[in-house]
Amino acid sequence: MDALSYLSVPPGIGMEENFFSLDDILLSHERLPCRTESAFPRLGFLEKSSDSRDIPEGTKMEMPLWLAKGLYEKKRRVLSMELPKVYREGWRTVFGADPAVVDLQKMGPYYYGLGSQMLHFDSPENPEIANTILQTFIGRFRRTMDSSQNAYNEDTSALVERLDCLERSLFKSGQSGLNSFQLWEKGRSSHLTASSLVINYRKRKITDLQA
Amino acid sequence: MFCEKSVELIRELHRMGDGQLPAFNEDSIRQVLEEMKALYEPEQNQSDVNEAKTEGKSELIPSIKFRHCCLLRNQRCISAYLYDRLLRIRALRWEYGSVLPTAIRFHMCAEEMEWFNQYKKSLATYMRSIGGEEGLDITQDMKPPKSLYIEVRCLKDHGEFEIDDGTVILLKKNSQHFLPRWKCEQLIRQGVLEHVIS
Repeated sequence: MDALSYLSVPPGIGMEENFFSLDDILLSHERLPCRTESAFPRLGFLEKSSDSRDIPEGTKMEMPLWLAKGLYEKKRRVLSMELPKVYREGWRTVFGADPAVVDLQKMGPYYYGLGSQMLHFDSPENPEIANTILQTFIGRFRRTMDSSQNAYNEDTSALVERLDCLERSLFKSGQSGLNSFQLWEKGRSSHLTASSLVINYRKRKITDLQA
Repeated sequence: MFCEKSVELIRELHRMGDGQLPAFNEDSIRQVLEEMKALYEPEQNQSDVNEAKTEGKSELIPSIKFRHCCLLRNQRCISAYLYDRLLRIRALRWEYGSVLPTAIRFHMCAEEMEWFNQYKKSLATYMRSIGGEEGLDITQDMKPPKSLYIEVRCLKDHGEFEIDDGTVILLKKNSQHFLPRWKCEQLIRQGVLEHVIS
């Protein structure tokens, strides 16, 4: 495969977010259910269900993760966070039974990322959440690795369909490793090819013309 | 909700994960900047800040913090947008060489063009400074060469082309040539020539 000269900023590891990472910005846009524990004066227009000037205390609303993280304080209770369904007890049992059957693309698609981010908020269930995420990853990793190392020259869309974003990027690196290895085995690794950027750009131009 | 527009910018780049450079979205950037101005505006935010300070109205603090978070978020999205674009533009120098196709140049804003030119200059200065008298082109031989000459086929009409010894050859579509590798590497990357392995 081509050694690409464009590499996007990688997402942060664990509970950290990477400031410039596009993935992390999209991850922190996921909405979380929460309840306001103090009023937000003069911001009532953000809550479409009511006409009042303020957002009163005790309003249930959905907030993106970045905002919840910014407003949340351990000492002064401004917000109380609720767990999204996938991290609650019921789903944790499902993951405990067989992590491989769950469609993480549908449930996430940032299942691991969001789960780690939830640990920023004080919740008595945090240890269980952390453990479930870890065990889920371990339980699914082998299959992801196997399929990425053995699907050569075939349509992989069915294989990645149910993977979380993190797993997809692992799958992709596995595939590019496999492809490079195959090229080397065939003695073609010194074959010069057109840059994939140039090729894709040309493809797009053709579709632009058709549109 | 605030900050929807700025995430749109990020989504736009994210959709093109392979490093393509989409057109510079000046319109959205301006809208985000306007939203930021509105968030900071004197009538509301500043008056809230003043009231909280002078009259000790601490109940206003959550709202002030709310706006502050939105400002920081917009700042992050725009910085990430611009930075990721720079990474893409830098990659273009290595993939296309120092002259970019017009279609791509149209996708850059004036400041990005300037940055690209500066980057080109820095790279050229560096390449002249290493490898002795003549300098060293580090964009060459991205894959270790096995031979000095390679067989190439023309994929489109490219016109005349001069090689080291002064011979001029005509690169015509579907013609095949045996050329010094370092002379054609760039053209292969640009998709003008195709490397033929027998």
